[in-house]
Amino acid sequence: GMDAIMLQEKLVERLLCARGRTMRQKVDKQYVGFATLPNQVHRKSVKKGFDFTLMVAGESGLGKSTLVNSLFLTDLYKDRKLLNAEERISQTVEITKHTVDIEEKGVKLKLTIVDTPGFGDAVNNNECWKPITDYIDQQFEQYFRDESGLNRKNILDNRVHCCLYFIPPFGHGLRPVDVEFMKALHERVNIIALIAKADCLTPNETKKLKDRVRDEIERFGIKVYQFPECDSDEDEEFKQMDKELKECTPFAVIGSNTVVEARGQRVRGRLYPWGIVEVENQSHCDFVKLRNMLIRSHMHDLKDVTCDVHYENYRAHCIQQMTSKLAQDNRMDSSIPILPLPTPDAETERLIKMKDEELKRMQEMLEKMQQQMHEKDQ
Amino acid sequence: MGGRDLFGYVGIEAVLDQMRRKTMKAGFEFNIMVVGQSGLGKSTLVNTLFKSKVSRKSCTPSYEEKISRTVHLKSVSHIIEEKGVKMRLTVIDTPGFGDQINNENCWDPIVKYINEQYEKYLTEELHITRKRRIPDTRVHCCVYFLPATGHRLRPIDVEFMKRLGKIVSIVPVIAKADTLTMDERLDFKQRIRQDLQASGIRVYPQKEYDEDVEDRIRNDKIRENIPFAVVGTDKEHQVNGNKVLGRKTKWGIIEVENVAHCEFANLRDLLVRSHLQDLKDVTHYIHYETYRVRRLNESNASVSGLSALPLENGITEKYEAQSQL
Repeated sequence: GMDAIMLQEKLVERLLCARGRTMRQKVDKQYVGFATLPNQVHRKSVKKGFDFTLMVAGESGLGKSTLVNSLFLTDLYKDRKLLNAEERISQTVEITKHTVDIEEKGVKLKLTIVDTPGFGDAVNNNECWKPITDYIDQQFEQYFRDESGLNRKNILDNRVHCCLYFIPPFGHGLRPVDVEFMKALHERVNIIALIAKADCLTPNETKKLKDRVRDEIERFGIKVYQFPECDSDEDEEFKQMDKELKECTPFAVIGSNTVVEARGQRVRGRLYPWGIVEVENQSHCDFVKLRNMLIRSHMHDLKDVTCDVHYENYRAHCIQQMTSKLAQDNRMDSSIPILPLPTPDAETERLIKMKDEELKRMQEMLEKMQQQMHEKDQ
Repeated sequence: MGGRDLFGYVGIEAVLDQMRRKTMKAGFEFNIMVVGQSGLGKSTLVNTLFKSKVSRKSCTPSYEEKISRTVHLKSVSHIIEEKGVKMRLTVIDTPGFGDQINNENCWDPIVKYINEQYEKYLTEELHITRKRRIPDTRVHCCVYFLPATGHRLRPIDVEFMKRLGKIVSIVPVIAKADTLTMDERLDFKQRIRQDLQASGIRVYPQKEYDEDVEDRIRNDKIRENIPFAVVGTDKEHQVNGNKVLGRKTKWGIIEVENVAHCEFANLRDLLVRSHLQDLKDVTHYIHYETYRVRRLNESNASVSGLSALPLENGITEKYEAQSQL
């Protein structure tokens, strides 16, 4: 009731705070005034607006488009045509983008939805996630170039901040393709696993499936997005709610493009002969929880983790590769470096030189060992 | 000459009674295969169809709900009895079908199995001393489970049904259909029928095997409504003071045998109450005969000689007919 609304508002506040503690200054005689900083940030952000890139992945027919429409109250897919069976046999995995500007209470959000039609739909789905991982890497690479470039004023951030992965409710848990997909992506993007079309599950079946999926995610070492811990000074109610949200994952969702009449109100729902499923009824599905976590409380954190963890991983990996390739190139006397490198400072240059010498030494050792083994065999 | 009225009562119709009694004494066999990805409710549906725990899931003590790495076929047989009529029901399960990342040729073991049963029967038929009743392990019906995506047939569905529609009677069903609204269901079925026609797939009841006008009218009605959208369960709930088979959710109870909710009853009527014998007849007189003719044309021409290997799907054996039969 009222408490829930207050707690929701608290969650909205978190949207505006970076990961970590908010500055709390007691008002005292030595009041300097920088406690207004959050408000200043707020005002600037409202002026500038936010952007967010969300990827949706999963087989065809799991309600992805419907869920996206429900989450953001849009109709992004009204011109979509379904391929017929013959066309689908020759279909490959594509990446498509839809951008929509949403404004609410003066706050602007530029939302980009990255879709992956064709994923998992073929008879042979070997490596069907490769176009998707390539796409994510390409966005990182582009950002890396831009960041290293000279004009950084208007860098376009197309990096994928979050990937909603749809698991079919029909199975008994994760299928091989689910495991392989998530493992290919979990170190590149924040994955939030969802149980799709949850209206074909009884409450008992939902619980069993969630338990099974959570268990398998752990067993296979899949690193899905972890909601950050509450600050220890949050009140008990907030902590409890946070705990409940976390224990509810993976969220079992239902989406709807239509409005129906239920219990005297007009709601987003699905009308069946045996009853009406209400998308926003928390006893029917976890749609509201997903929406709150994704949009109202953790959108900012998802971006932070993308920048601080996934992108940094990519960048470090990239630099390492370039370093070793450069070392190779130097030996081969070739000239052109791969990317316009930022001029490394003295420290970095020293490190690179050290690594290079280490590599050379290891190479020589290997050659010696190989020779010894060869001599032994003779 | 013909059409003369008979004086007095001959008693021909009593033969019907004799046939009935014999059938009841002998009982009959029915072999049903279920094909579809893991988790589509195949075992539950079969149990619900025959109102007994006949699926492998219910009968195997060590049954594990795990995705197997290869497609292998497992069958379980039961004798079930109703009003003095005994039926030996065999349910053939196909775990592993469509569950892998690469499902290419996952239908091959199934094709092989079906042809092997035809081969078994053929071998018996050709024996010099034949059994009075040849044991019939041929697959009379293959129920193919489509996930309720609401879109169209998937490539794997087309590939499977294209190949198997030629050698067995396929009955496609939409599984776990309680996730489709009525409108979505109608659209989905229509698109599936379009896809079936466009791909040249023939499912049961095939138009070309309608025997007469009466058959055609009856079967046309079925053909306009397939694939049936089904929901299965073995749990009962109280609805309006009655015990019904259903699935209880937070927004209502889905009654499996209520035709306003799903088409389970239609499927049951088709498979069990009205077309069971027809399924067997089509298998024996059409699919089996096709196999037999192909086989005899390809093997050695002598009466007792037959190559040892059963036919692979579509691939001719290397034995050429040496003389004209």
